[in-house]
Amino acid sequence: MTSSPQSDRSALRHEPSSPQPAISLRGVVKRFGDITAVDGLDLDVPEGTVMGLLGPNGAGKSTTMRMLTAQSLADEGEISILGHPVPRESKWARSLMGVVPQHDNLDEELTVEENLRSFTYLYRVPRRERAAAVERALRIAHLEHRRDTFTEKLSGGMRRRLLIARGLVHRPRVVLLDEPTVGLDPQVRQELWGLITALREEGVTVLMSTHYIEEAERLSDEVALMAKGRIVRRGAPADLIAEYAGRTVEEYAVGLDGIEVMEKTLHAAGFTTRRTGSALSVLRAEELPDSLRDQLGSGMRRASNLEDVFVTLTGEKVE
Amino acid sequence: MTATRDTAAPAATDLRTRPRGFEIAPILGVLAREWALYRRIWAPITFSAIVEPVLYLLAFGMGMGALVGTIGGYDYIEFLGTGIVAMSVLFSSMFPGLIDTFVRRRFQHTYEGVLAAPVDVRELVTGEALWIALKAGVYGCAPLLVAIGFGLEPTWAMLLVPFVGVLTGFGFALLGILLAAVIPSIRTVDYVISGLITPLFLVAGTFFPIDQLPGWAQTAALVNPLYHCVELVRGFAFGIDVLAALGHLAVIALFAVVVWFLAVHLMRRRLID
Ligand SMILES: Nc1ncnc2c1ncn2[C@@H]1O[C@H](COP(=O)(O)OP(=O)(O)OP(=O)(O)O)[C@@H](O)[C@H]1O
Ligand SMILES: [Mg+2]
Repeated sequence: MTSSPQSDRSALRHEPSSPQPAISLRGVVKRFGDITAVDGLDLDVPEGTVMGLLGPNGAGKSTTMRMLTAQSLADEGEISILGHPVPRESKWARSLMGVVPQHDNLDEELTVEENLRSFTYLYRVPRRERAAAVERALRIAHLEHRRDTFTEKLSGGMRRRLLIARGLVHRPRVVLLDEPTVGLDPQVRQELWGLITALREEGVTVLMSTHYIEEAERLSDEVALMAKGRIVRRGAPADLIAEYAGRTVEEYAVGLDGIEVMEKTLHAAGFTTRRTGSALSVLRAEELPDSLRDQLGSGMRRASNLEDVFVTLTGEKVE
Repeated sequence: MTATRDTAAPAATDLRTRPRGFEIAPILGVLAREWALYRRIWAPITFSAIVEPVLYLLAFGMGMGALVGTIGGYDYIEFLGTGIVAMSVLFSSMFPGLIDTFVRRRFQHTYEGVLAAPVDVRELVTGEALWIALKAGVYGCAPLLVAIGFGLEPTWAMLLVPFVGVLTGFGFALLGILLAAVIPSIRTVDYVISGLITPLFLVAGTFFPIDQLPGWAQTAALVNPLYHCVELVRGFAFGIDVLAALGHLAVIALFAVVVWFLAVHLMRRRLID
């Protein structure tokens, strides 16, 4: 994972970077009948960074991604990709973007290789470069030996890999990944992390939604926490953790009987807690006075993480 | 998921022209996909597209021909051969337009992927319809060749038949696509087949001349694009004056234009939310 998939593009990268963000959404609203899926969303993704989009089910992550490709049209607000207003110049924008959708839409009628080749046409990869682009994507997907397999015969993880490689076949400058690691085994998942890091090193902008918070924490320059169609917080993972969860979290097995009383006591003392079954986690536990600690009994201490922030801010547990 | 250094290929994206408006490149992209698929599945498609009309032609031509003798001075098999060209065009354009498009949209989500690329709904619909039309134009010639084998006099004008087939096929492919965007489930296809496709080819003068039909049916035939296709093909075989030919052509072209707009509109409503 040390080499880069788009190294030859680095020359272009050193142009003075444009002042505008790679992805920009301003006051974007999307309604489906009575449901407001996206409700006044503002988000900028600076060029060359990885932005993790976190949010509970139904928060509007996929809808946001679909609006970026103009497959869903915003009711209000402004969207632009690399300076191209969407949907007005969306075709132009799409030619610069690679998309890995949440729901697999591989071409079932074609083989692995034909899937990739047909996308080199759709993305207008010049004729001379098509074969190389397909080979490169096959390597990214680890499917060189399965090039003639029909996609319906692939395992779930293989399909996912092919879907990801297909989104990169034309060397996009902006990549949208909607839950890219669902269904991948740990090994392949880590390889994908390497791939995302490599893309970032080359200045590719990545917007990635995920329910694996550890993944977002590890890969993202910044994460945006989304709930009910809005961005509720945004920042570098470390900053968000420091701000909302402090340095450490302590977990106490207080049992179901005492949990509510204990919660009340802690909240009164100004602490934020989270329940995990019958256990109670106390955020910013480094500030816990001994008097409270005595009441809680024996606990386990660990470093605060982004999941603590997520659960605190969205009020919902993921996965 | 291995990242690989690949210095052979330069950055394609940045060198590319600026995609805007209605373009040829995405249509070619859609055709390329169809071609990749067709290269593998051409045999059964070709078999049914050729054998079916030929069987009709032989069975009706010989069976009915013995009873009917001639129609308008032509052997029945010649009359029928020219008519079945149109039937063949209808079947090989409307069925794929309806069924393939429905399956790809509804079950395979193929178009979701296509529209995330720099392709718009107009280009997608045009590409799909054009591919089907090209096939229909080629396959539509099979019955004509068989009729020639049975004694139909070849004419130069017959060289225009594939073009008429492509134009008519384009219109009916779009009609199929339009309906694929409207029907709620695959079961509804039966309504379309019995309620629309069958009447279309019965009231077109394929198997028998329409002047035997009641007045309302004759009027219906005049707005049936397939009737105009039949008239053109027959005209190219037996002689037709230029003005009449242009008139028939205009009806088919108008039909194609109208269904193009409708198909694009309805598909966009289904695919973009
Ligand atoms: N085409 C549609 N028609 C009607 N409602 C829709 C449509 N697409 C999305 N929604 C609704 O919009 C809301 C946001 O959905 P969206 O798929 O964007 O959420 P998400 O954040 O991606 O969730 P998940 O994590 O489960 O993928 C949901 O309430 C969903 O039901
Ligand atoms: Mg989603």
